[in-house]
Amino acid sequence: MDIDRRSLLKTAAAAATLTIIPAAEARERRVAPSDAVGLLYDTTRCVGCKACVVACKQANEMAPDVDGYGGGLYDAPEGLNEYTKNVIALYREGEEQSFVKKQCMHCIDPACVGACMLGAMHKGAFGVVSYDAAKCVGCRYCETVCPFNVPKFEWSKKAPKIVKCELCRHRLAEGKEPACSEVCPRGAVIFGRYADLLADARERLAKNPGKYVPKIYGERELGGTQVLYLSHVPFEKLGFRFQGEEAVPHVQQSVQHGVYKGFAAPVALYALLGAVMFRNRRRGDSDE
Amino acid sequence: MSRNFKILLLLAAIGIMLIIRRFAIGLGASTALSDGYPLGLWIALDVVVGTALACGGYAVALLVYIFNRGQYHPLVRPAILTSALGYSMAGLSVAIDLGRPWNMWKIPLYFRNWNLNSALLEVALCIMAYVCVLWIELTPAMLKPSRITRFLDRILVWIIALGMLLPTMHQSSLGSLMLLAGPKLHPLWNTPLLPLLFLITCLAMGYAMVVFESAISRRHTALLAVLQKIAVFAGIAFVALRLIDLALRSRLSIAMHLDLYGIIFWIEIVLWLMPAMIANPFRGAMCIALAGGLYRFDTFLVAFQPGPGWHYFPSVSEMFISIGLIALEIAIYIALVKRFPILGGMPAQEHSRVAQAFQPAPRHQETT
Repeated sequence: MDIDRRSLLKTAAAAATLTIIPAAEARERRVAPSDAVGLLYDTTRCVGCKACVVACKQANEMAPDVDGYGGGLYDAPEGLNEYTKNVIALYREGEEQSFVKKQCMHCIDPACVGACMLGAMHKGAFGVVSYDAAKCVGCRYCETVCPFNVPKFEWSKKAPKIVKCELCRHRLAEGKEPACSEVCPRGAVIFGRYADLLADARERLAKNPGKYVPKIYGERELGGTQVLYLSHVPFEKLGFRFQGEEAVPHVQQSVQHGVYKGFAAPVALYALLGAVMFRNRRRGDSDE
Repeated sequence: MSRNFKILLLLAAIGIMLIIRRFAIGLGASTALSDGYPLGLWIALDVVVGTALACGGYAVALLVYIFNRGQYHPLVRPAILTSALGYSMAGLSVAIDLGRPWNMWKIPLYFRNWNLNSALLEVALCIMAYVCVLWIELTPAMLKPSRITRFLDRILVWIIALGMLLPTMHQSSLGSLMLLAGPKLHPLWNTPLLPLLFLITCLAMGYAMVVFESAISRRHTALLAVLQKIAVFAGIAFVALRLIDLALRSRLSIAMHLDLYGIIFWIEIVLWLMPAMIANPFRGAMCIALAGGLYRFDTFLVAFQPGPGWHYFPSVSEMFISIGLIALEIAIYIALVKRFPILGGMPAQEHSRVAQAFQPAPRHQETT
């Protein structure tokens, strides 16, 4: 009788393995939605005036961040934080220097959206990675998984929310463009349809050989992002840690979908556990 | 009340006061958490390590009901109680850690919004359900026979089966959680095998905790040698899987690089292998609990690399809340085993009868 159970368990194990392995390769690379919009930022055009930082705060009614430089006198954020959805950072090393704008990258296949339990973080209209506090429990798992460290948590509040750039979606709904690109005096950050921005970036690369690092960051990186970057210094130096092309959720969702495809494996395992217990009990009864 | 019990109550009281303080002043002021390290001690220790140490009920149930080893039946009830308390405390830790806990009820009820890609959703739902299952499994020991207990008794097989299905699901999914943080996880810990490794560690730690507790309460010690062997075997399997996986993905050289991460990695490996050479089951079990605890803690905190400029060390408040919850758990355990027939076990002739598994133990001790 022992053989019975063993063969049962072996069959179950084999079935489980068989469902995981093919499914692990099944998840396809996502493409940007057809209505996708985004930003294109060009380090060679940015003069670091931070007009975009101020405009972002006004458009999103953000409180000033006086924790940083200046002893409470200046709204001078040191980076993205609970008061700041958009910031200009400076990289300098010897003669080489560059500004870099930081905000949500609006990934085509975002880790935060894959993480969020109830879809508080979701891919909304125009492919904007949007946040809905009503569905948020404040678990901060989106922060944990974001490869760009973009979502921020209102640590100072008792009813905290997640804070991140939502590409001024309230302005997009009114037919306006995001505040940051609207005020940029140098066209360093421009707003547009994703496909147009990509074409623009390619053209700038082709027309100006040697001016840029020959790459559009966000075209392929981490599954692609709707915010694209052109730079005259290597992207690693601007704080872009990851250069791989695989979308962050790829591995986890391949495994997850493999194991839980159609919820068949858990149901089968449940039935198996129940069946083995019933059989054991019958045998226990007949032993007496 | 013994002196030790009073100390437990004192620690629990401090913890509870700090929990009230945390809700009064907010997370930012009471913890060392930051946007770089949004998950800290409460999640890594109380939830990720704590629930694995609370897997004794799962591990023993598998042994007794699936592999039909009835002689281990006396261990089931104390193990289930430890599990119920451990998981309840983990649930409480999550409620303290959440920024918007008043939205918690939406997780099970907003099923139309469920993101089925989210491993965290699965973990949350499974743990909520499992806490209920564990307490239901304990009702025959804690309630007087009534219509409700008779009904529960009839469906107990399916509840016990659920009590084995749910940990299989959420303990592996706890590993998947960090799979999504993949790029930010040190390459020695980041592997598609995370769910499997987490499942193995929770089983090894579950068996180890049963050995540990039985050794402390000096009951059923004759049964422990085999449990210890299972835990040791699971540990060896874990090490083998991890090393083969690293070798196949050409990452063993990273382990040979003896920086902080390399050293911690090898400490984990040695802790897993040491119990095979320790004859004393009590010490061996402690070693396995430590090995598994360290592996899980490392995966969530030490090997997590949010980038330059971020640091985390838990605040005093965070530490005393964790300590307080553990003290509370132990205190409730002691109170419950004194009040209810938990440690005595079941009569020998009923070992393999599932439906009678949780009938109250008779006054006389077991006959074996």
